[in-house]
Amino acid sequence: MESDKPAPPSTRRIAIDPVTRVEGHGKITLLIDDNNHIVEARFHIVEFRGFEKFIQGRPYWEVPFLVQRLCGICPVSHQLAAAKAVDQIAGSRELTPTATKLRRLLHFGQMLQSHALHFFHLSSPDFLFGFGGDPKLRNIAGVLEQFPEIALQGVKLRKYGQSIIEVITGKRIHGTGTVPGGMNKSVTAIERDTLLAGIGDILQWSQDAVALNEHIHTAHPEHRDFGTLPSHYLSMTGTRGELEFYHGGLRARAADGSDIFDQFDYCGYQQILKEEVRSWSYLKFPYFSALGTALGWYRVGPLARINNCDRIITPRAEAARWRFKACGFGGPVHDTLAYHWARMIELLHCAESIHTLLHDPDITGTDLLADKDHRRPQGIGVIEAPRGTLFHHYHVNDEGLVTQANLIVSTTSNNQAMNESVRVVANRYLNGHEITATLLNHLEVAVRAYDPCLSCATHALGKMPLQVTLQHIDGAVIHQLTKKADGVIQ
Amino acid sequence: MIAGTNTIYIDGQEIPFTPGQTVMDAALAASVYIPHLCHYPGLPPSGNCRLCMVETGGRNVAACIAQAAAGQEIRNNTPELNAARMAITQMLFVEGNHICPSCEKTGNCKLQAMAYHLGMLDQHFSQFYQHRDIDASHPDIALDRSRCILCDLCVRASRDIDRKNVFAIAGRGIDAHLIVNSASGKLADTPIAATDLAATICPVGAILIKEQGYRVPIGQRIYDRRTICETGLQEHIAQQRRDQ
Repeated sequence: MESDKPAPPSTRRIAIDPVTRVEGHGKITLLIDDNNHIVEARFHIVEFRGFEKFIQGRPYWEVPFLVQRLCGICPVSHQLAAAKAVDQIAGSRELTPTATKLRRLLHFGQMLQSHALHFFHLSSPDFLFGFGGDPKLRNIAGVLEQFPEIALQGVKLRKYGQSIIEVITGKRIHGTGTVPGGMNKSVTAIERDTLLAGIGDILQWSQDAVALNEHIHTAHPEHRDFGTLPSHYLSMTGTRGELEFYHGGLRARAADGSDIFDQFDYCGYQQILKEEVRSWSYLKFPYFSALGTALGWYRVGPLARINNCDRIITPRAEAARWRFKACGFGGPVHDTLAYHWARMIELLHCAESIHTLLHDPDITGTDLLADKDHRRPQGIGVIEAPRGTLFHHYHVNDEGLVTQANLIVSTTSNNQAMNESVRVVANRYLNGHEITATLLNHLEVAVRAYDPCLSCATHALGKMPLQVTLQHIDGAVIHQLTKKADGVIQ
Repeated sequence: MIAGTNTIYIDGQEIPFTPGQTVMDAALAASVYIPHLCHYPGLPPSGNCRLCMVETGGRNVAACIAQAAAGQEIRNNTPELNAARMAITQMLFVEGNHICPSCEKTGNCKLQAMAYHLGMLDQHFSQFYQHRDIDASHPDIALDRSRCILCDLCVRASRDIDRKNVFAIAGRGIDAHLIVNSASGKLADTPIAATDLAATICPVGAILIKEQGYRVPIGQRIYDRRTICETGLQEHIAQQRRDQ
């Protein structure tokens, strides 16, 4: 495990700045020794926005709509995590069935659109054209040209998820919806029927996406060990160990599949998680406190969730999970690229769950607000966001103004794992002192598997050109490669 | 009524008035909208926001305080006046912290609606980034001074309708700011109640009833359904009904 210490004197530095087709702007530095062995990989997060600071002093009921601006991809996740914390602060213990199901439906819509975006728009070009494919083709426009059916399915899947968000929150991005102790509207019969009219295609396309990813992963042995990384996993599960995105207990499993903890009340997260700060990145490094910084890092997100859960309550996704599980030969699946396969299993689960909820009469109910008792000085909301477990923690004063906030965003939890994956892949593909397009592409593919949202993690947005620099520790540039935003490599 | 006696002309339209009536009141009574933020039917005018500036007799006057005069010819909806109104609106935006995307007043905010009405696409001027304290001491009402546009409506409502005199404007020019009339300067030490007109009249998100934000879904908020022209005229009609 790397640390905050300066690089050893006999190493050189390779920088990739920034990484593309992730949500935000990242930069990779590789420190290599005289034997061309990567001794350390640093996935720098260099943006800073400071939401935790500037929401201080704001009224607590405003928080879900301030923090959802962290991101344009998963604002619903931030709104819901904050809303769960705000429910506690407002003194609401249990939401009404209508409000709970509306939030779940909203969350499934969010997961569906985000997962579709990630695979079809961002990652599918890598698999459909190959990691070394022509950069001019290896993007969503290329997929539209060469594989129009797949591309259109991706676009429509995302559109459907956004339609659910729009129905419940009033807008596709950055709507409202949650209020302390409930929701501000339900779904009308007309809205429900409109959504139901499209669910058949969504189910089929989701199933096709699972099949495509299953085929991609199992038919290419080189994918199995691409950045493969035994690790611990953290996720939320339901009370019976089922896959759960909205509310449950925390489960952590070790690389061998054994429990580290299970059904842990997330309100006590500070007992089990700590965060380390390193000077070269604004992204913190969370770890299981009982295991320490060196051994306590873990992965979150689809791979963690599918590995950790004992079952999925929707039948098609559960069948897909069993096929996935077979790849682990009795233990967790550690293949980094299996993130994509797991993500599509979740996509299918979302589609099935949306189908079920759209037939539930509660979503058109009118009982939207729960009773409240006295206000509490703090609230903690945790959900499974598309990229993994998301923690929102707020303290408020007697007047209802936020005094302190702590967010542990999904990508933050994958921070160390992304560094490790980059190191593993770089060791395999670095050839001498030359930065090649192949190396560049492979490092990006490794990072992209995590679907990192750097906007969320540091709360920033960035452009997406790419620069790779091989640099000796004394500062001399050995080799440099630049990929511009249009994909042209110089 | 004979044209030319108790009649004014706004953009060529003949509009009757009663002696003592302002140009604004006469216009609203005739369903002619003159943009405004600090005018509210039933409250004495203050001429603060200057959005209702109209041109008459070769000079600009605030319609909310200018007395209507027989035969007066007034220009209201002109490109020049609307450009000046937009500049005023832009200045109001940069002088406070009006973060519409997360503000709970969004969709119900007159300043925001005015910006839409005038076709404002950016703030043009540099943001002041004011830092003004929030007073959340009252159990039911929060005062976020960073959004105050100094329209004076809360001052007049509290003084003239609620009879509590809770608010005042202190300082002059760029130093003008909203204060609370209590020994501590806090809302908690005033008699204001959530049912007071002063607690609900704020055209922006400066005075808010606590924990009510975002309750109205997008699509059902005031300015999702009506333009500020329509609501401006409706406020006048509602006051006329109260007067009857």
